[in-house]
Parts: sequence; structure tokens; C-alpha cells
Amino acid sequence: MQQNGVTAMPVQGVPLKKKNTLWKRIAQNWELYLLIAPAFFYFLIFHYGPMYGIQIAFKNFIPAKGIWGSPWVGFDHFTRFFDSYYFWDLLWNTLSISLYELAVGFPLPIILALAFNEIRTGFFKKSVQTVTYAPHFISMVVMAGIIITFLSPSTGIINHMIQWFGFEPINFLTEPKWFKTMYVLSGVWQGTGWGTIIYLAALSGVDPQLHEAAIVDGASRWQRILNINIPAILPTITILMILNMGGILGVGYEKILLLQNSLNMSSSDVISTFVYRSGLVDAQYSFSTAVGLFNSVINAALLIIVNQIARKTSENSLW
Amino acid sequence: MSVAAVKETKTDKIFLTCNYIYLTIALLLVLYPLLYIVSASISDPKLVASGEMWLFPKGITFEGYKMVFQNDKIWMGYGNTILYTVIGTCVNLIVTIPAAYALSRKDFVGRNFFMGMFMVTMFIGGGLVPGYLLIKNLGLVNSMWALILPGAASIWNIIVSRTFFASTIPRELQEAAQIDGCTNMRLFIKIVLPLSAPIIAVMALFYGVGHWNSYFSALIYLNDESKFPLQMILRQILVLNEISADTAGAINASVAEAMNNKAEVAALLKYGVIIVSTLPVIAIYPFLQRYFVQGVMIGSVKG
Repeated sequence: MQQNGVTAMPVQGVPLKKKNTLWKRIAQNWELYLLIAPAFFYFLIFHYGPMYGIQIAFKNFIPAKGIWGSPWVGFDHFTRFFDSYYFWDLLWNTLSISLYELAVGFPLPIILALAFNEIRTGFFKKSVQTVTYAPHFISMVVMAGIIITFLSPSTGIINHMIQWFGFEPINFLTEPKWFKTMYVLSGVWQGTGWGTIIYLAALSGVDPQLHEAAIVDGASRWQRILNINIPAILPTITILMILNMGGILGVGYEKILLLQNSLNMSSSDVISTFVYRSGLVDAQYSFSTAVGLFNSVINAALLIIVNQIARKTSENSLW
Repeated sequence: MSVAAVKETKTDKIFLTCNYIYLTIALLLVLYPLLYIVSASISDPKLVASGEMWLFPKGITFEGYKMVFQNDKIWMGYGNTILYTVIGTCVNLIVTIPAAYALSRKDFVGRNFFMGMFMVTMFIGGGLVPGYLLIKNLGLVNSMWALILPGAASIWNIIVSRTFFASTIPRELQEAAQIDGCTNMRLFIKIVLPLSAPIIAVMALFYGVGHWNSYFSALIYLNDESKFPLQMILRQILVLNEISADTAGAINASVAEAMNNKAEVAALLKYGVIIVSTLPVIAIYPFLQRYFVQGVMIGSVKG
């Protein structure tokens, strides 16, 4: 194959390139457009299609009249949402769950990855990695099932342990004050191991010579982590931090919907679950779209702001 | 690292010991719930409920699994999930792999336009309700395609595959083939695809696990219970606690007598169903771990 390329290139390749006008280059590779066509139409229909529907946030959507024919109402749905009694509760729950998750869940994979990186490859390392990665593959529904069973006040193993230590059992699932902790810690259990992979990839790129030089200079393992490994993964940390900050109002509904009940609603209802309920359960299409749009606008704004800050203060940013 | 092994100072030894202790604690924290579920699924539900069974199985019984295997709903869900996973993953690959290859070609006029068009959707989208209305208008509600088409490709996976093609398919290969008169389509099918087994495997795994575990699209788009995937059936059993009469009736009279507490029967079924539904993924994962990790790593090079 290589021989072919080397001998053929100088003869035909060069003159061919000179004559290549834009149109020719397009015509020559027309089949590549065939290859990308499924993806193009997929994104056009299923991602850009719904964007057309966003206009119902400013309309009173009447199914019989369709998206285009429904009457405009301006910002009515938005003001109704901002003036509602639940607006601040929703915002607070969304923000606090997000920040709680970020504060606990963000540093743990970094620490675990640094710890993995310190031990030699072998049976122990492989076992710990395999086991800690495994919960990533458990589905949301099964995860919720595990949480509900483990935390049952009468039969759950967690409450048996609490009682064994001499305390009263706690009804984690129905007491609002426990909801956020339950949500965040179960997420940590499920995601920390898998989260290390991206940092381990960055750590594997560290030049061993740096470590060798540091050892010669008498640096301890701890000092080498602080001065070599952490700076090496800092770009990865920054990028993930920016992405996380951009999603700070993006607490997903998939897990919360499964753990939500009428008793813990006061601390478990977030913007996305509210959008689901008002939109698809109560069929308030326009109002729910407005709430969702508000949410995505804030997310996009936060992403841009945080990225801007990162660009000013370090060399790492998304764009 | 080899130098470090030669002369470990005292502080380093203390540090390493702490590190091992830390990792062991992490291991146990993750492992314990997993072991507990396995043990609980084959233990006497009375001993599980009372907390007497806390690590190793006690009063071994396989009734839980028997109930799972006799439950028609679970099997129907299993069948549906396999169908959706296989078809869904094929659609994913047909959309993702060719697009990623085209995008990896530097001489592809418009690659930046397409890339930009795809990437924008990472940050802006229509939202839940406009998406739902679209599916409704397309007449896909209550059909399998409502679970497959809206997620036919993920931009993240396209980027991962593009990075793979850009770094493993040499440019000379493509130029040589073209000079020999090979069309792009033939090049892709006869030369590029056979060289891409690793990335196809990684993508099939990522998408496949996603289909296997998803429940939300089924929740909003499917009405017929006979079309429900396994995760929806699991939701009824594990989260909504809907254990129907036929499930309870499936166990024979003598067993029912032995465990006359219905809640205990339900609990036993739950542990069994957790194992049976998660087993395919958890069991194959250690063998394919390498590929999953590779997928994330290829992605992180770019990300």
C-alpha cells in the first residue's frame, strides 16, 4: 500500500492538486456527502426540528391550530412562571442539588485517579478499577430500586446499621431534608470510579523523565503529586469544570423522577422534573416550553461566562 | 516509576500505605452493596428483612429467581429490550460510523460546516415538549421508532469515531486508493471498515448499554404495556411497587405458606430481578472493559 502511494504521488498527485477548484473537489468526493447524509438529516430533523417548536413558548399552543397557527402571547408564560409561588423553590432545589453534587462529586474522581496512578499495575489495581467502574453500568431504574430497598426504614440494610449503632431509623425517602444527600451520595457511588478514566488518560501522558528528575532532587511522592501530576491534569480539570458549571441548572429528571414522591417533593422538585410534569403530564405545552427555554438560556449564558473567565485566568477553555 | 521502586523513603512508604488503605476502603464501599444484593437474592427474605443477613447468604433459597423466570411480563420486557437494543444499535452505527469517516477526511469540502451544525446541538436544543410534539407529529408515538430515531447518533460518539479515523487511517492509503481509481464508497467499505473493528466495537458497546438501560423515552412515548422494555417493567416492580396478582400467584402454594408475608415475597423478587436485568451488562463488562476505557480515552484526547 505504502509503495503504491510513494511511487504514484509525484507523478499524478501534484498536477491533480493544482487544477482542483472548489467545485472539482466537491464533485470528486461526492460520495462523502452520501456517507454523512444520514447524520445530517438526523440532526436536521431531531435536533433542529424541535427548535422550530420553541416558538410555542411565546404562543398559546392549540393542537388543532398547529405550532405556526397558534396565537402569540409574548412573554406571558415567562411572567407567569417568575411570579408563581414555586419559582424560587424550584430554582433553589435545582441550584442546591447541582452545587452539592459539584462540591462532593467533582473532586472525588480526581483524588481516586491520583491514588490509582501511585500504585503499580497488578492484580490489586485491576480489581479496584474493575469494581469501581462497574456501578456505571447499572441503569437508573435499578439504581433507584437499590436506593429504595437499601433505605427502607423497616427492612433496609442502611437502617439496620443505623439501629445497630443505637440510633433511630431514618425515613430517608420521605423526609425532604435527606433527599439531596441521598441523590448526591448515590451518584457518587455510581459515578466516581468511571469518572477517573478521563484523568487517568491525562496522567498517562506525563513524561516519566519529570518524575525521575524530581526523585533525583529528593522529591517525595506527595510533592511529586502536587507539583507534577496535578499540574498535568489541570487542563482536564478546567474543561470538565467549565462543562459542569454550564450544566448547573441542568439537573436531569431521569433519576429524580424515580425517587420523587409526594412527601419529599418540597426538596426534590427541580426545573426539569417540573417541565416534565407540567408539559407531558398536565399537557400545558406552551407554559412548559417557556420554563424549559428559560432553563436552557441560563445554562448557555453560564457556560459562556464561565468559559470567558477560564480563558482570562488560564490557557484552558472550550473555545 | 522504576527509579521510585529502588529507593522508597520512609515518608513515601507511609504515603503508599495510606494510599493502599484509601483504595481498599473505596473498593469495599463499592463492592459491599453489590455483594449484598447478590446474597439477598438467594437468602430467606425474612432474614434479609430483619437484617440478620448482612453479607453472606443465609437460609439459601432460589424462589426469587423462580418467580422471575415464571413472570411473563419480565420475559416480554426482556424480549422487547433485546429487540430495541439490537435494532437501535444498528441504526446508531449506520448513522455514526460513515459520518465520522467523512468528517475525518481533510479533503471533504464542508466538514467544518457539518461539524459546526452537529456541535451546536450540544448546547442548544428544543427541549422536552417541542421534542415530544415533533415525535407526535411524525406519528411515532407508541412505536419502537420513538425510542430509536430521536437518539440515532450522539455528537460525542461521532467525535470519538472521527478522532479514531483521523489517527489510524493513513492519508497515503486513501490517496493511493483514489489514484488506483477506487471510489470513495468502495474505499470506505472495502478498506476503511475492515480496519475499524475496534471503533465499531466501542461504539456498539456505548450505544448498546445506553439502549439497554434507558427508560425515559419508553415512559413518555409508549402506551402499550406489551411494548414496554425491561426497564419499564423494572420501574413497576422496583420503584412503583406494583407487583401484580399474577406475579404473586406464580409461586406455588407451599412456598406461599412458608413465606406468607407478601412484602417479603416482593422483596425477594426485587433482588432477583435486579440481578437478572443487570447481569448481561455487568457480566460482559469486565471482558470488554479495555474497549470502554479506550473509547473514553480517545474522546478525552479531543475533549
